[in-house]
Amino acid sequence: MALTDDTVREPSDDEVFAPAPSPLDVPIAEQSEISEEISRRHAAARPGLVQPAVDFRPYRSSELRHPTKDLRHADPEGVELFSPVFGHRDVDPIESDLTLHPAGEPVGERIRITGRVLDGDGRPVAGQLVEIWQANAAGRYVHKRDAHPAPLDPHFTGVGRTITGADGSYDFVTIKPGPYPWKNHRNAWRPAHVHFSLFGSEFTQRMVTQMYFPGDPLLPLDPIYQAITDQRARDRLVSVYDHDVSEHEWLLGYRWDIVLTGTHSTPMEPEEGEH
Amino acid sequence: MSEHTQVHTAAGDLVPTPGQTVGPFFGFALPYERGHELVPPSTPGAVRLHGTVYDGAGDPVPDAILEISQAGADGRVHGQEGTLARDGMTWSGWGRCPTTRAGTYSFTTVVPGPVDGAAPFFAVVVFARGLLNRLFTRAYLPGDDAALAADPLLSSLDEADRATLVAVAEDDGSLRFDIRLQGEGETAFLTYPRHDA
Repeated sequence: MALTDDTVREPSDDEVFAPAPSPLDVPIAEQSEISEEISRRHAAARPGLVQPAVDFRPYRSSELRHPTKDLRHADPEGVELFSPVFGHRDVDPIESDLTLHPAGEPVGERIRITGRVLDGDGRPVAGQLVEIWQANAAGRYVHKRDAHPAPLDPHFTGVGRTITGADGSYDFVTIKPGPYPWKNHRNAWRPAHVHFSLFGSEFTQRMVTQMYFPGDPLLPLDPIYQAITDQRARDRLVSVYDHDVSEHEWLLGYRWDIVLTGTHSTPMEPEEGEH
Repeated sequence: MSEHTQVHTAAGDLVPTPGQTVGPFFGFALPYERGHELVPPSTPGAVRLHGTVYDGAGDPVPDAILEISQAGADGRVHGQEGTLARDGMTWSGWGRCPTTRAGTYSFTTVVPGPVDGAAPFFAVVVFARGLLNRLFTRAYLPGDDAALAADPLLSSLDEADRATLVAVAEDDGSLRFDIRLQGEGETAFLTYPRHDA
């Protein structure tokens, strides 16, 4: 369903609570202006940056929410060298299948998303928590602040959790999320994405990101995705369609591997008698 | 393994996957029951670590989410499985708290002891709508001026930045740690070795 000018809707809490406009704010931008700003930023950016710019004005909500000073260098110590411990006591195995609902099947394209979580040394991140959340097939979140006039699916909440295997692998069965409109600029649409929350073996490796789908025509237009100024870095957020993961008459398969930053603690010497 | 994960940095590390904003809609996914209670409020010695997250206009940020990691009162880091299942007995040393409509957060925990004699701190990570990547910082315990003065990070900062990293002891016994994402009194946020591309 397309939003039109005469669509009457209540503002969402998200809009109500949006920060007050800064003096820099101009009337709502067209996509062409946003795309032009993105191009200028990309042209000026140092090649090879692997993380998004946090001061990325094409994403208007970032304007007042990014630090203006450089990050300070700290040597991780104490608790920063450890990570919270999760396990099967915390997460039920059925939480990795978002299509399971006692009252019935969700609507949409059933997919599997699978991959491995590795650290900066290429070691698997084993036994750690992975959390995901997403919109339903119509592009609507089960969130009181989402006022997009698309239907909720009574059989889909869009929240999943799992614990990685010994090889760092994770596996979710879900529904392909739909794109949805947002208020960043006129006719702004987020590409379909799944939010991922990841832990390593150290506090310093904590990260939250978004996984996208290959071939999405909205990716070049999206200021959140394009805040990663290096094309190869952006590509790392796009999953790969894998026909070997797809299942006959059941679902389509996507593969996406995740690399966390490197750890700092010295590997422990093996205990005596442990060889 | 995809081709993306076989790319290395100049230092020989695998290139990390980029972060993205937590967005506005994490509220139905990340918070969980008693996630902000590292210990039950009735625990002897329980203390509140609380504050407000502000944006660059000085307005509270109602859609941020914070996580803390800390040592126990004895200075030992010994989290156990059960971090999400708050059974009232398991010490995980980790908590998660979304901000309220007023931009405030509050953890119930114990005062961390010093790890190997260092100035004790809560390790803090901040996510928010509008914030394109997570921010790390530390909330140091106030009071032990000698320990704070000897801390390598704090002593590398000027007075104004140092002040942003030390919690304030409130009259009610709680610890207040406000976070300013931008502008006057901007919190000193951290990067660690191996975070640079």
